[in-house]
Amino acid sequence: MDRPIVTVDGNEAAAYVAHKLSEVIAIYPITPSTAMGEMADAWSAAGRTNLWRNIPTVMEMQSEGGAAGACHGAIQAGALTTTFTASQGLLLMIPNMYKIAGELSSTVIHVSARTVATHALSIFGDHSDVMAVRQTGFAMLASASVQEAQDMAAVAHAASLRTRVPFVHFFDGFRTSSEVAKIERLTDDDLRAMIDPEAVAAHRARAMDPEHPVLRGTAQNPDVFFQAREASNPFHAAVPAKVQESMDELADLTGRRYRLFDYYGAPDAERVVVLMGSGVGAALEAIGRLTSEGEKVGVLVVRLYRPFATEAFMAVLPKTVKSLAVLDRTKEPGALGEPLYQDVVTSLVEAASQGTLPMESIPRVIGGRYGLSSKEFTPAMVKAALDEAGKDDPKLHFTLGIVDDVTHLSLAHDEEWDTDSAKVVRALFFGLGSDGTVGANKNSVKIIGEHTPMHAQGYFVYDSKKSGAMTVSHLRFGDGEILSTYLIDKASFVACHQFGLMEKVDVLSRAKKGAKFLLNSPYGKDGTWDRLTRDTQKQIIDKQIEFYVVDGYQVAAEAGLGGRINTVLQTCFFALAGILPADEAVEAIKESIRKTYGKRGETVLTRNFAAVDGSIAALHRVDVPAEATSTKRLRPAVPDQVPDFVERVTSMIIDGKGDLLPVSAMPVDGTFPTATAQYEKRSIAMEIPIWDSEICIDCARCPLVCPHAAIRVKYYDPALLADAPEGFQHAETRGKDFPGKVFTIQVAPDDCTGCGVCVNICPAKSKEEVKHKAINMVGKDDYLDRERVNYSFFLDLPEVDRTTVNVTSLKGSQSLLPLFEYSGACSGCGETPYVKLVSQLFGDRMIVANATGCSSIYGGNLPTTPWAVDADGRGPTWSNSLFEDNAEFGLGMRLAIDQRSQAAFEALADVADVIGDDLLLGVVNAEQTSEQGIKDQRGRVAEIRSILEKEGSPRARWALSLLDSVIRKSVWIMGGDGWAYDIGFGGLDHVMASGRDVNMLVLDTEVYSNTGGQASKATPRAAIAKFASGGKVTGKKDLGMIAMAYGNVYVAQIAMGANMSQTVRAIAEAESYRGPSLIIAYSPCIAHGIDMADQMDHQKDAVATGYWPMYRFDPRMAASEEHPFALDSREPTMPFADFAKTEARFAMLTRTNPERADRLFAAAQEDITERRRWYEQLAGVERGLPGEDVSS
Amino acid sequence: MTVNLKTTYLGLELDTPLVASASPLGRTIEGLHRLANAGASAVVLPSLFEEQIEYDSYQVHETLELGAESFPEHATGFLPEFEAYNTGPEHYIDLVARAREELAIPVIASLNGATTGGWVEYARRLEAAGASALELNVYFIATDVEDTSTAVEQRYLDLVAAVRETIDIPLAVKVGPYFSAMANMARRLTEAGADGLVLFNRFYQPDIHLEDLEVVPNVQLSTPMELRLPLRWIAILKGRVNASLAATTGVHSGEDVLKLLLAGADVTMMCSALLRHGPEWIRTVEEAVREWLESHEYQSVEQMKGSMSQASVPDPAAFERSNYMESLITYSTPNV
Repeated sequence: MDRPIVTVDGNEAAAYVAHKLSEVIAIYPITPSTAMGEMADAWSAAGRTNLWRNIPTVMEMQSEGGAAGACHGAIQAGALTTTFTASQGLLLMIPNMYKIAGELSSTVIHVSARTVATHALSIFGDHSDVMAVRQTGFAMLASASVQEAQDMAAVAHAASLRTRVPFVHFFDGFRTSSEVAKIERLTDDDLRAMIDPEAVAAHRARAMDPEHPVLRGTAQNPDVFFQAREASNPFHAAVPAKVQESMDELADLTGRRYRLFDYYGAPDAERVVVLMGSGVGAALEAIGRLTSEGEKVGVLVVRLYRPFATEAFMAVLPKTVKSLAVLDRTKEPGALGEPLYQDVVTSLVEAASQGTLPMESIPRVIGGRYGLSSKEFTPAMVKAALDEAGKDDPKLHFTLGIVDDVTHLSLAHDEEWDTDSAKVVRALFFGLGSDGTVGANKNSVKIIGEHTPMHAQGYFVYDSKKSGAMTVSHLRFGDGEILSTYLIDKASFVACHQFGLMEKVDVLSRAKKGAKFLLNSPYGKDGTWDRLTRDTQKQIIDKQIEFYVVDGYQVAAEAGLGGRINTVLQTCFFALAGILPADEAVEAIKESIRKTYGKRGETVLTRNFAAVDGSIAALHRVDVPAEATSTKRLRPAVPDQVPDFVERVTSMIIDGKGDLLPVSAMPVDGTFPTATAQYEKRSIAMEIPIWDSEICIDCARCPLVCPHAAIRVKYYDPALLADAPEGFQHAETRGKDFPGKVFTIQVAPDDCTGCGVCVNICPAKSKEEVKHKAINMVGKDDYLDRERVNYSFFLDLPEVDRTTVNVTSLKGSQSLLPLFEYSGACSGCGETPYVKLVSQLFGDRMIVANATGCSSIYGGNLPTTPWAVDADGRGPTWSNSLFEDNAEFGLGMRLAIDQRSQAAFEALADVADVIGDDLLLGVVNAEQTSEQGIKDQRGRVAEIRSILEKEGSPRARWALSLLDSVIRKSVWIMGGDGWAYDIGFGGLDHVMASGRDVNMLVLDTEVYSNTGGQASKATPRAAIAKFASGGKVTGKKDLGMIAMAYGNVYVAQIAMGANMSQTVRAIAEAESYRGPSLIIAYSPCIAHGIDMADQMDHQKDAVATGYWPMYRFDPRMAASEEHPFALDSREPTMPFADFAKTEARFAMLTRTNPERADRLFAAAQEDITERRRWYEQLAGVERGLPGEDVSS
Repeated sequence: MTVNLKTTYLGLELDTPLVASASPLGRTIEGLHRLANAGASAVVLPSLFEEQIEYDSYQVHETLELGAESFPEHATGFLPEFEAYNTGPEHYIDLVARAREELAIPVIASLNGATTGGWVEYARRLEAAGASALELNVYFIATDVEDTSTAVEQRYLDLVAAVRETIDIPLAVKVGPYFSAMANMARRLTEAGADGLVLFNRFYQPDIHLEDLEVVPNVQLSTPMELRLPLRWIAILKGRVNASLAATTGVHSGEDVLKLLLAGADVTMMCSALLRHGPEWIRTVEEAVREWLESHEYQSVEQMKGSMSQASVPDPAAFERSNYMESLITYSTPNV
């Protein structure tokens, strides 16, 4: 039978089968499994049916725990049910997994296996998540490639139905989930042949139904629980045979034969490596080369991991084996070895004790860890493991792919040993996230896969920053199956799609001798050479590289594509690679453009076609001179004179050389220094804002709204200008805040992302030429040198004395040093201005609990952090626990702080005779509600420290260990709406009810931003989002009102762009309140489908329509029997529809489904009107505090 | 006896000279029904803007690509993909087809193209959708100091000729008044293939916001004063060009309609008045026209059409004067 050949990634391969074979799909986004849920949702939304011609119901839940619960219920009620998850998400499902397995319920959880957070979070792939569920009773089936992700998905569904045992089907996150490869798709007939209708009927017959009621989920006692637990044994025991049956059926249908364990290599192998997952590809390549060189080696691939079928394992293991190297992609500290290792050892020992061992004696087994968090795993490492296994005295436990210079567990591998086949073409493409390089390369893989008999593979590596991020695409294609599951090291084709990258990245380091190099250059065939770095020139000459340039920028601009140069470069790639005849390639590219973009409209097609047609004429070969003449060098990763850790470690990571860092370089517990973003001079802006002091009105709005703390204001003594560099501007202050001072607005030219939010908010316009404002975006290159000097001088100007400033005013707040700077958030981010403001107001005494999400990524994703310190070394101390527990995490911090300060007072009382009663009373009774109060307390602490250090007694040392706790701390619990409204709401609620002094800042983007825009309960009615593509039908949850119901929680809803003073005031009030505070901050996001430069205008309109009401509820006002609820926004002046048409999240619906948009917009307007009516009444309500706290 | 209000425009027999011109009221089929029920003798649909289609389509594309491929956790972008985005002209074409199917009155499609290819292609598709006639809504704001009036005029003519060649349904051309030689231009447009002229287009006129110092796009509803411009040119062109004449801009009341008919208009088109008073205003205007005709003993609209065109008035120069001329020999009293 002819099956469709498709080019898809692992997620799509698995999700395709899951959607075909399910009726209910409960989901929750988590990287890298999110795409499976998104696809399932999109397919159902588009009416795609399952095998039985029903459209599966896809429901997004509030957490993976919720998804597991919903799955459990759906299974109980008889639906064929599935879900997709990874990492922490899978861990949240564990309680239900025990139940589901205990009840012998058929289901499949598809897992794109990902690292579980330990000392750090990682979104990348390993088996630490799946290994954490191996005890639940689920069967576990591993896929090693994209093709297998589809095939094993089908086997898992089929076998689960036949055995009643639920399955985890897993494949490696990113390496398989995101690898694009050519596979043969299973047809409906194939799936129908594999799924036993009787098993489906039996599953349904077990459903809870009042027509034939049952009781399931009882509580049992010591008398019977144990026996009942053992009653399911036959079902688990039957799994291996049934899985093999399903695999055999698949083989009969498709010819692809799998076994529970597969062995490849020499039949008389003496050394065998055992592993599962994507590493199998690299192992197969290694074995291929080694056996061809006469080595007696092999690889044993594990497919069914649970139940572990010892007999099947022994059956494939060559009898000649003398030693085994078992590789685990996980780490289990304290265990005798990692799980697969232990299983293999146990199997061998059991077999030996039973007399069923196929060889004479138990082979030696060594166990190694590899590939944690998608660490590269190459054939050379497989060879290293096999070499070790062959030694007389091997390391029993070892690691691969790193240099462990602490416990010396790592095995060295030969970097030069590879299995690169001459038949496979390897190509590397360097681009930027915004230029479409990845998309074009995905299409190229499809074109090659679908237009030629060749196999093709694409894998894409991204940056750790959300703005200005580099992408590297790794493409392989060739005649045979491509097994290489690792990055390309020696490329025969290299393309750099952005000229700017040539200064930052050594793009030719991985180019082979004689490789072709394509550079997107605006300087033409004659002007480009001299602009390259010396090192690049040298590599081109030494490696005899064929060098081509194309001015993709111009071709794209002429075609009306702006900066999207992808189709131009793609066309040039095909022209140079010669995979297809020129005409055929052009046609294929156009066809793929039509497929990808066709539904977006004819214009998109015609412009891209024009770019394709204009490309070849613009492609030129460069005549390479005989010598390198350039004096340019690659930009250093960090400036001179940085702290030791930054120089040794951080700079290596920034430079893309983190893989080379040894174990000894790393902190042992995940603790890193803050204030490091300042050393990562990314210089990604094309344009930066330049100040015109003549026009400025000193309103301080630009520094307030800057998402990156890259434009700042300082007020200072004019005498300091004596040393100012030439061209450093200043102006007289306006108003009474800073008498006698002058001020300067200064850009950080290398840290600015060029978002333009500051210029858009600037209210001051030239009288002569309105387009000229007090700050203006200008081409960076013309100003870079000057502004670098200016910024350096600016930073050295003294900071304002915090005790002299009204810090709760807009201007006052902006005179303070931001302790959150240069984050890698998206350019123009709507969240970071709030975070930065909080850091200005309280940063020097601030402790942050940060929910997982965008803010934990731009706040804590290596290499650097934007959290900074002041001149005294004080600054926010920051940590991220999980997504779901952040409120509790922060509350714990508050409990500790309160406990420690109480203990400190007691310890100080114990040393009262040493420090004196005045100092003791001063510390205990300190007023710490003002900057002066804090400063005075710090003075007392310094005095006491000095006295106690001199005294040196044990009780003095005890008091010293607690001393800093007497300085008032500001606890900030931050996160997005996904945390606050959904997954973390239970905890948030509990923390509000605790009455403790914590500040919760909800950066409300109204979608899950970090995972790419899925709907949350903060998503408003009528907005489209992933998982709500028809426009969300239900209204936004009113979190503020829920909080307000407590009566003793300070609640504010703010929108910086609509009212900056209200924002500053609410944050200050919240912090000063000695109980729980909740601030919900309107945070525009790319996911809204807006130009982020205009985000403040969108905020203004959101408030003007009444869509985002601003208010403050202050329980202190209730205490004085006043009106605690202040409705800060005015009567709406604009209809919702006018606002909605300016944001694609709403406006898209008016195009895709205008009638539905009308209905939803009308309902959204009603929501707004009614809420306004309600809030207006609330504003008139008098309310007292809830009953007094009687706990003490 | 009843007055006969029938008129002929672009060869279409209409019950009255009251046509609803292109306006937001005609965006939906419900709106079109309301106009027809209120007595519009024909409807001109709001313009299909080729530029808007292009802009929309590319904007959808750009929006879907926002933030995509920039970070591994949101590599697929932020907005869900849809099966279709309706960025093309299909929605408009469907409206034309449906209006023709459901309304008893003629449906005139209106088109504003951006490229010659676009004008021709969309004209063909609108004809295929069943439009009773096509109105080309043509304007170029010629801002290029190198662009001559000759070149601009030629562009108009080429365009009309190209569309004329493509379609068989009646073709009207709606233009602005800013031609150096309006009368000659009108003649050349008809020679190029226009069956009717719609006088005049009102441009989107930017305003300045004094507090924000921003240029704000602005469309003000017309006032009755504005009908003087089409009044003059219809009077001048009546009988001099071989085309139907439609008056648009400033048509608010029965009196306005009557004046334009006297000047020579075949139909009068209302937009601002209907936006202000609602579609039912057409009936009020019709009654006023009927009453006046009856009280002044006219038998039909046809009878009065053009009876005060420039050629038909005793003082043709009155339509030509651009300034008040003092005269020694004619006695007149200022209009107080």
